[in-house]
Amino acid sequence: MPSGSLEQLEGSAAVARTVAGCRPEVIAAYPISPQTHIVEGLSDLVRTGELAPCEYLMVESEFAAMSACIGASATGARAYTATASQGLLYMAEALYNASGLGLPIVMTLANRAIGAPINIWNDHSDSMSQRDSGWVQLYAETNQEAADLHVQAFRLAEEISLPVMVCMDGFILTHAYEEVDVPRPEQVDEFLPAFAPRQVLDPDDPVTIGAMVGPEAFTEVKYLMHAKQMQALDLIPRIAAEFAETFDREAGGLVRGYRADDAETIVVALGSVLGTIEDVVDELRADGVSIGALGVKCFRPYPLEEVREALGGAERVVVLEKAFAVGAGGIVGQNVRLALAGLPVTVYDVVAGLGGRPITAKSLAGLLGDVLSDRLDPRPLHFLDLDRELVERELERQHAGGRPGPHAENMLRDLGIVAARSH
Amino acid sequence: MFAVRIHGRGGQGVVTAAELLSVAAFMEGRHAQAFPTFGSERSGAPVVSFCRFDDRPIRAREPIAEPDALLVQDPTLLHQVDLFAGLGADGYVLINTTRSLEALGISELADRLRAERLLTVPASELAREHVGRPLPNAALLGGFSALTGLLSIGSVAEAIRQRFGARVGEQNVAAAEAAFAHVEAQLREPSRA
Amino acid sequence: MPYQQLRYYQAGTFVVGNRLLPPEQRSVQARMDRSNTLTCGHRACRGCGEALGARYALDAAMRATKGQMIAANATGCLEVFSTPFPESSWQLPWIHSLFGNAPAVASGVAAALRAKGRSDIRVVGQAGDGGTVDIGFACLSGTFERNDDVLFICYDNEAYMNTGVQRSAATPPAARTANTKPLEGHPGNEFGQGKNVPLIAIAHEIPYVATATVAEPRDLEAKVERAMELRGARYIHVFVPCPLGWGSAPHDTIRLARLVKECGLFPVLEAERGEVTSVSNIRRRVPVEEYLKLQGRYAHLFEPERDDEVIGRLQEIADRNVERFGLLADPEDARTLPGEATAQARVDLPLPSPGSGNGKEAS
Repeated sequence: MPSGSLEQLEGSAAVARTVAGCRPEVIAAYPISPQTHIVEGLSDLVRTGELAPCEYLMVESEFAAMSACIGASATGARAYTATASQGLLYMAEALYNASGLGLPIVMTLANRAIGAPINIWNDHSDSMSQRDSGWVQLYAETNQEAADLHVQAFRLAEEISLPVMVCMDGFILTHAYEEVDVPRPEQVDEFLPAFAPRQVLDPDDPVTIGAMVGPEAFTEVKYLMHAKQMQALDLIPRIAAEFAETFDREAGGLVRGYRADDAETIVVALGSVLGTIEDVVDELRADGVSIGALGVKCFRPYPLEEVREALGGAERVVVLEKAFAVGAGGIVGQNVRLALAGLPVTVYDVVAGLGGRPITAKSLAGLLGDVLSDRLDPRPLHFLDLDRELVERELERQHAGGRPGPHAENMLRDLGIVAARSH
Repeated sequence: MFAVRIHGRGGQGVVTAAELLSVAAFMEGRHAQAFPTFGSERSGAPVVSFCRFDDRPIRAREPIAEPDALLVQDPTLLHQVDLFAGLGADGYVLINTTRSLEALGISELADRLRAERLLTVPASELAREHVGRPLPNAALLGGFSALTGLLSIGSVAEAIRQRFGARVGEQNVAAAEAAFAHVEAQLREPSRA
Repeated sequence: MPYQQLRYYQAGTFVVGNRLLPPEQRSVQARMDRSNTLTCGHRACRGCGEALGARYALDAAMRATKGQMIAANATGCLEVFSTPFPESSWQLPWIHSLFGNAPAVASGVAAALRAKGRSDIRVVGQAGDGGTVDIGFACLSGTFERNDDVLFICYDNEAYMNTGVQRSAATPPAARTANTKPLEGHPGNEFGQGKNVPLIAIAHEIPYVATATVAEPRDLEAKVERAMELRGARYIHVFVPCPLGWGSAPHDTIRLARLVKECGLFPVLEAERGEVTSVSNIRRRVPVEEYLKLQGRYAHLFEPERDDEVIGRLQEIADRNVERFGLLADPEDARTLPGEATAQARVDLPLPSPGSGNGKEAS
């Protein structure tokens, strides 16, 4: 029989219960796939009174959700929301507002692709699009870690007075059933003190929050934001260590290596794909390949020193990421190159898993085979499993002139899966 | 590691089936993972769900391309979707149907697989009888237990009970047990049609 | 429409067949040359009220505009089931942008057409209740205030269905959704003021506002035709049952749409420039219970015990509507017919037996 506190449950359910254990006082909820089960679970806990006192606001949009959290947090309440993809973008203005105001809101981001074209499946384009919003960004590899990171997130947010988003891969983690030791409320209480806000709207001690700042002080205000986020680089490992003491397991931190210490080749990634990568690493190691993996757990602030240290000794690094900077290249890749500046490490940038395309052990093994045999040019951005012919045909069509029509329709027709026009 | 792929349509409890399978495996001290493919909430659409279980922690996240077992909740998918993709010669297949393999048009599949690993079970009928609705998932899990012997019917029953309320849980357990018996009986016969 | 005395044989339905009407009064759907704007092959669930409403509304609009029309659609069930990767059911120029901006996108399309001197091409914006009443609300108000030349149609199934039945501002009181469950004494969705978007649209004093249901498709068509005779911002709010989200039988979609009107919970009316111009009367009034008990989302009001208090409060809402909008032609009709009348009618209907589940026979 499994050990006492482990349960087999859906990732979203584990997160909902864990968040409830963190005693948020205000939850603003707007549904968007694939976060829906989280906000539904929390709704039930509020309705049954298990989570109390807690105001659960069913708002009319994500913009309203984050706005409500801003108001709540500014009034001294521990505030929480969850979103994904389009919803994150819809609240983008509010994200910057929350971080600019220094409000310790915690949000679950169920990573999902950003349209157009509309796509409800997983990739990291949403969180990456907001990497400069001033929010701390943490990435979970498993549902256990997703749950644990929320506990750490509230603690971190409130200590540095900055908002934190916990990223977990939509569907892949949110909708997967696996074993989780759901943090128990008593354990959370031990770890997470009551929210003591650094600023609060209080009639007994009125303050003005959100004043205009002109050229004379704006730079300094922004500098402080940067400095605060950088403080998180020290705080996160400390919080992770304390977490390990209280909960008797590892979670979070800045980076985590897997068989990387002496590896000649290291694969870098964020989130759940690390599991598949670790399987591939084990297979290749069994074949005598010197290879390891590095998971980046905290992407913002960017743990440059830790990344440099972990990767600096390798000959080659393969960055596998689920998003990219259109017109520029890789995102994580650029950050990794920055960390390795001046070191003789060859960096490969590979985009994979966009819009939910599965990243298979087979494809990864193929990719690594190409890397290790020097068949892959490290300079350009690569797209794993790209159907090059399909893309080339579409590009030709664009050059042919006339009214070629939408890309999506053309390519799907090409793939032979669109039916002929009816009637 | 044992990988199960379940095919059906939205509204038939395909996702729940994979989850229950993972819970049953978990109860037996295994590591288990279950997840579905997605679309929007829509009844009738083809749905696929996956369950892996192993004695070691499971790290893979990709859909199951090479299943060790297939559960087919809705045979109308048989000639619409490539259900058997990636299934090896030693694979198990359990189909929810009252018809024979010939009638279903898949008798050549029988040549590919081991005879005692390709079975049918009238799961919807058993569900209708015990639960009052033709939701075949619980029954199929009972059948799976008998077919593979990898998860005890007791664990399957316990997972079902945990998931549903008292009355509905017992009804589904009854359907699962009936399917278990049905499959067991088929396995005991020396030759099958 | 002029009155015409008809004797007809009622073959177990409430719908008067097209063959009994003069050709010019028949539904657009009866015509061979109908546009099939939302053509077959889409992936809506069985019994989807929205698919039905959209088909009638858009074919009527296409006929009224002689096919010169562009549609802007919000994210939601209609958008998703009509453009199932990798196909499309739309036979008109159609754009889907985001969840909350359909009215604004429609306004943009209308503006472009005007700039190009092509105002003969008309614009329809569409969304579910989520995309109209909640996240699209600000944009909707903007379109109304500017009086942009857009007909906006809201298909209201009273929750966010596409993401799994979560509550919207259009969710009625006491209804169960995924995040308004009847736990610990909660009645389901809370009793609030709701958000009556038709009234809000009327308050914007736009040229035309109408409500309709899929139980009276000719009425819906007539309202779309009327809307297309006018220019400026126009709004039609269509009540569309959702069997999956409401826990109702797929074959009850039209019945539910009829009952919601006949019990008084959904007033069917028209308004122009801020004044109500017509009200469609309730023909045979029924208690709200007749409507509620066909839906799983209200099951908790009947099992394990009847919640007379909540049912009573819902009845009050219906009563208030009846009075406020004058839904009964003759105040004498205020006496409610007993529920048995409807139950009796149902006995004559050639329905499949209950519990036929998904209808897919296990082979």
